[in-house]
Amino acid sequence: MDKFTRLEGLVAPLDRNNVDTDAIIPKQFLKSIKRSGFGPNAFDEWRYMDIGEPGQDATHRPKNPNFVLNQSRYQGSEVLLTRANFGCGSSREHAPWALLDFGFKAIVAESFADIFFNNCYKNGIVPIVLPATEIEALFKQVEATPGYKLVVDLQAQAVIRPDGYGIQFQIDAFRKECLINGWDDIGLTLRHAEKIREFEEKRRINQPWLFS
Amino acid sequence: MSKTLYDKLWDNHVVHVEPDGTALLYIDRHLVHEVTSPQAFEGLKLAGRKPWRVSSIVSTPDHNTPTDHWDEGIKDPISRQQVETLDANIREVGALAYFPFKDQRMGILHVVGPENGATLPGMTVVCGDSHTSTHGAFACLAHGIGTSEVEHVLATQCLLQKKSKTMLVAVEGRLGKGVTGKDVALAIIGTIGTAGGTGYAIEFGGSAIRGLSMEGRMTLCNMAIEGGARMGFVAVDDKTIEYLRGRPFSPKGEVWDNAVAYWRTLQSDTGAQFDRVVTLKAEDIRPQVTWGTSPEMVVAIDANVPDPAKQSDPVKREGMERALQYMGLNPNTPMNQISIDKVFIGSCTNSRIEDLREAASVLKGRHIAPSVKLALAVPGSGLVKRQAEAEGLDKVFLAAGFEWREPGCSMCLAMNADRLEPGERCASTSNRNFEGRQGPGGRTHLLSPAMAAAAAIAGRFAMSCVTSSQH
Ligand code: SF4
Repeated sequence: MDKFTRLEGLVAPLDRNNVDTDAIIPKQFLKSIKRSGFGPNAFDEWRYMDIGEPGQDATHRPKNPNFVLNQSRYQGSEVLLTRANFGCGSSREHAPWALLDFGFKAIVAESFADIFFNNCYKNGIVPIVLPATEIEALFKQVEATPGYKLVVDLQAQAVIRPDGYGIQFQIDAFRKECLINGWDDIGLTLRHAEKIREFEEKRRINQPWLFS
Repeated sequence: MSKTLYDKLWDNHVVHVEPDGTALLYIDRHLVHEVTSPQAFEGLKLAGRKPWRVSSIVSTPDHNTPTDHWDEGIKDPISRQQVETLDANIREVGALAYFPFKDQRMGILHVVGPENGATLPGMTVVCGDSHTSTHGAFACLAHGIGTSEVEHVLATQCLLQKKSKTMLVAVEGRLGKGVTGKDVALAIIGTIGTAGGTGYAIEFGGSAIRGLSMEGRMTLCNMAIEGGARMGFVAVDDKTIEYLRGRPFSPKGEVWDNAVAYWRTLQSDTGAQFDRVVTLKAEDIRPQVTWGTSPEMVVAIDANVPDPAKQSDPVKREGMERALQYMGLNPNTPMNQISIDKVFIGSCTNSRIEDLREAASVLKGRHIAPSVKLALAVPGSGLVKRQAEAEGLDKVFLAAGFEWREPGCSMCLAMNADRLEPGERCASTSNRNFEGRQGPGGRTHLLSPAMAAAAAIAGRFAMSCVTSSQH
C-alpha cells in the first residue's frame, strides 16, 4: 500500500446522498479476478450512455455529458466530495479499487457506510467525515471555483481550503499510523501470532464445538 | 455489570487490543464465495503465506452460477473462470466443507451455512459479502468484509475491529395476518433510514421478534445491512436450539449439551444499556413495498407513492425526484395500481423453505396474470429445493406459471443470465432496489414472498389475495 501523508488535489463534487457500491462499480465488472483495471468502469451506468461489459475498451464509448465527472473542469480530480451514506450496499472492495484506479485518493463526505469505510483504509484511500455545514460550504465553493483544490493533511488531521480555512477531522490513531507508514495489516497482525495461537488453543478446549 | 449480547459476543473473541481500542478479534467461521475471494487467495500466495485454519472455511459458488440448463455448464466464460478459480483455490488450500457448482448442497452461502449447522450461536462469522449479517439470527457476530479482510482472515484467523455502538430495535406485540419478517425489516428501515444503523450493531428484540421463526429472523438480520448496520442479531431461545438440533455440522452428544448450556447465556442481561433504542409496535406494521431506489423508500401496500413536493430538505427532495424518474412513477399513485412485468422469488433474504411455502400458499389454484412476462422461483439451496419438491411446492409454482429454477443468487443481482431489461418493473423478494441492481435500467420493488406471489397473480401490487389465502 502507498504511504499517505499530504495531498493537494482537484476536487470533484458528487451531489447525492446514498451513493451505493452498485453505482460505483456495477456487478458485471466484479467478474474480474484482478484488483486493478476498474477505473474506466467507475460509475459506469452514470458515466456512459451505453451498457458496459467487462473486457471492453471504454475509450470510444458514448459518455453522458450531464454526469459531473465527465465535465472537463473535473478531469484529473483526486478528491471526491459527496454527501451522506457514501458507499452503502455491497461489501465489494472493487468499489474502492475502482475509485483509486480512477484517481481518487481522498473522499470527503458527511458520512460513509461502515464496510466501504473500512475498505478505503485497506487501499490507502482516506475517507474523511465532515459536518454537514462544512460539506454544504465546500459544495458551494467547488461549484463556483473552477480548478478548486483541497489540501488533505493527514498528519495534522485537517482539510485545508484554498482560502486557508482548515477543517479538522477525526481518525483512529491506529488507522492513521497505518496510512502514514503504508503498513500491511496482515504483517502487523502476524506480530501477534503467538497470542492468536494461545487464544485458539484455549478456545478449542473450552468451546470444542467450534472446531469440529 | 449487565452486558448486552453484543458485549458478550465481543468479549468472547478479543485476542489483543491496541492502545486506541482497535481490537484483534478471532474469527470462527469464514464463508467464501467466488466473487470476493480470488484476489485474496492470490494476495496470500504472492506473500508466501499459508491459510491459518482451513477448517473454519465453508465455501460454495453462488453469485455467478446459472439457474437453468445445468447440464450445459456455465456458458459465460468470465463467470466460469471465476467459479473455476474458486474450485482451484479450495482444492489447493482445503475447507471444512465445499459445495461446488451442481453439488446437491450448493446454494447461496447465507442459506447454506445455517441449514448445515455450520453457523452456530456465539460464533464470529465473516464473508466477503455484506449480507453475512443474516447469520446474526443465531446470536452470531456476523458481518460482511472486503477482499483485503478476506485475505487477512485467511492469513491470521483474525480481523482488526473497532467496537460498534449498540442499538436495540424492539418490536413489541403481534404481527397482523400476512405480515412477515420481510415487512418488519422494511418497516424498520423505513423508520431508521438506510444510514440509521451506521456505526451500530443492532440487536432485534421484543415479543414480535421472538414470535418469528428462524427463517423470519434470518430475513430480518439479512436486511440489517440495508439499515446501515454491518450486523444485526437476535438472542438465543428454544427456536434457535431446535433449529440446530441434528444438522450435519451441529455438535452431537455431550458436546451438544455443553454447547446448548453456553448458548443459553447468549442474551442481553436485564438492565443492559444500549446507545440507542428504537421501538416499533407490531400492530402498526402493514405489508410493505418499496417505491424508489433505496430500501428506505418504502410504504405500506395500501399507501400512495410519496410526493417530493412535501419534502422540505432539498437534497432529499432531489433524491426522491431522481428515484421517481428512474422508477417511472408519478407522485401520489396508489401502490396497488402499479403494474409489473416480472416477479422474482429468491435471494438470501427470502429463498428458504418457509418463504417458498408462503408464496405457494398464495399461488395455489391460481395463475399469474397474462401481462407478467416472467415469474421466477429460485430456491436458496439444493437442500431447500429438494425439501420444496418433497412437499409438492414445485408443482404449485409451475401450475401457476412460474419457472422453477436451480439454486443461486440469480436475479437478486443479475450476475448470471437472469436479469431485467431496461425499464422493466419487477416485484422482487431480494434486498436491494438500487438503480441497475437487477439489470441496467431495471426497476425493482422489494416485498415479501407472499406479496410477490400476490403481485404475480394480479399483475400489479396487491394485497387482497395475501390475506384471503392465509389459513
Ligand atoms: S442473494 Fe443477492 S444479496 Fe444475497 S448473497 Fe446473493 S447476490 Fe448477495
